[in-house]
Amino acid sequence: MVLQRFGLGLLTLFVVSMIIFVGVEFLPGDIAEALLGQGASPESVAALRHKLGLDVPAHTRYIDWWLNVLQGDFGTSLANGRDIAELIKVRLANTLFLALVAASVSVPLAIIFGILAALYRNSLYDRSVNVLTLGAVSAPEFLVAYILILYFSVTLGWFPSLSNVDANTTFFERLHRVALPAVTLTGVILAYMMRMVRASIINLLASAYIEMAHLKGMSKLRVIVKHALPNAWAPISNIIAISLAYLVVGVVVVEVVFIYPGLGQLMVDSVSNRDIPVVQACSMIFAGTYILLNLTADIVSICTNPRLLHPK
Amino acid sequence: MTPDQATPANPTIDRVAPRRSRMKNMFREILKAPITAKFGILVILIYGFVAIFTPMLTPYGETEIVGPEFDVWGDTFILGTDGLGRDMLTRLLFGARNTVGIAFLTTVLAFLIGGLTGLFAAIYSGWFDQIASRIVDVLMAIPQLIFALMLLTIFGTSIPTLIIVIATLDATRVFRVTRAVSLNVVVLDYFEAARLRGEHIFWLCIREILPNITAPLLAEFGLRFCFVFLMIAALSFLGLGVQPPTADWGSMVRENAVLITYGDITPILPAIAIAVLTLGVNFLVDWFLHKSSGLKDGH
Repeated sequence: MVLQRFGLGLLTLFVVSMIIFVGVEFLPGDIAEALLGQGASPESVAALRHKLGLDVPAHTRYIDWWLNVLQGDFGTSLANGRDIAELIKVRLANTLFLALVAASVSVPLAIIFGILAALYRNSLYDRSVNVLTLGAVSAPEFLVAYILILYFSVTLGWFPSLSNVDANTTFFERLHRVALPAVTLTGVILAYMMRMVRASIINLLASAYIEMAHLKGMSKLRVIVKHALPNAWAPISNIIAISLAYLVVGVVVVEVVFIYPGLGQLMVDSVSNRDIPVVQACSMIFAGTYILLNLTADIVSICTNPRLLHPK
Repeated sequence: MTPDQATPANPTIDRVAPRRSRMKNMFREILKAPITAKFGILVILIYGFVAIFTPMLTPYGETEIVGPEFDVWGDTFILGTDGLGRDMLTRLLFGARNTVGIAFLTTVLAFLIGGLTGLFAAIYSGWFDQIASRIVDVLMAIPQLIFALMLLTIFGTSIPTLIIVIATLDATRVFRVTRAVSLNVVVLDYFEAARLRGEHIFWLCIREILPNITAPLLAEFGLRFCFVFLMIAALSFLGLGVQPPTADWGSMVRENAVLITYGDITPILPAIAIAVLTLGVNFLVDWFLHKSSGLKDGH
């Protein structure tokens, strides 16, 4: 079962890579023409095509591209001729750092607040949390980000409004600089995760064994922690994985707001420059992470549920 | 109403009465609704009004340069001017028409594509269903914003491509929901009877399935609209959605972002406009889901 899921994930990744690769083939003209512009002579276009390897059939190029990617070689950027793998390495590390900081704050908070909201269902706390989280889900990321900048960096001056980090920045300095982007991301996924945690716990609370536990005279908290929570791990871990996958997308906007040198920023720049190899590489990494996280969610929910682990 | 008033002797009352009572019912429901849902309805009405009557409400043209650059709030320019000297308030109001209009159109298109294929997939549960479902699986495996960015690189950024790209990507979600809810109807006896009667496929869709899946689809429409609206705003904010000089809330935030570092809140007004509308729609959907409680709590 787990192996089957794993195979399915690999297959998806493969098909996705094909879509990303084939998409470029649909370009009106090809990269060589786009690079040289309209006034280029047919000879120079042909020469560049040969240099970029565009004159070999698409399926050979696709296989070559895969072989190169597996060796960590994404080719060179069209905009500045630099090696894409080099370009991406630093930025990927920065993005992962930001996502990790955001996740390590938001996941525990979401579980605690979600359980509390489920525990005190329909109380004032629950209803105000409901309104607040709906508000947070509704706001575009850049609104949250700019409000934070306005308050914490312009008015109070606690944090820098631009998170420019480089290789020389120390760990704590780095943490200080990513504080605002991390809080923005936290706010965005915290609300979503909380709503889901609350919903999945409330679903469980309707079960017969929960009622039994109540009738035995157990305290409310004990019922939740001992009886509801173990059964909720599967949906909750699913929610966490999906939220983390959402984080992958959320970083793009947040990185642009704070001009943080991450992968999202690189991708947006490359899209406006129509630097296709870089966009391909970035999409591949984002899509790969996304698929991997969803796969993990699937596998975790299978492993935590004995009924799924031993199918009839 | 006394019996003799309802006799056929007075046909006009007869014809009008049921219509009015339905309106009354709706009105009564709305009055009973929680404050959040009322807020949602009010917000949607205001935005709709502004979007329709924009030119009558604004003193200047959408792209007209009327004053000095980055003018402060004052009497002539209530919310000041932007980096090119265009009136902020005017552009904010025009943004209602452009941004909301584009998002609405995209959602409608997504529902046409996704809804129809979803219905057909549910009715012809054979190879068509298999192929469509697998395609949707693959498309949904790629994060939407990333996929949109990639497609926009390939096809270029113009409003029609933007609408088509986002509608296609969003249609995958609509397909899933429509197919799932229609499958519940397709297995019922009366549907089987209609099919055996030899009814036409469109009759099956419109008369047998659609009336039974309206409630979840309406709720889904609200949620999808919010999603599409935020996505287009994000893309425009990144400079890859609606292009200048069209007044659009996402790109307006981007254009005026420099002002933030001087402690001016003008640039985030369009973002607040976005948030208020999504919040309103979300509140309304929340209430609607609660009322038609066929769906689970949350999502």
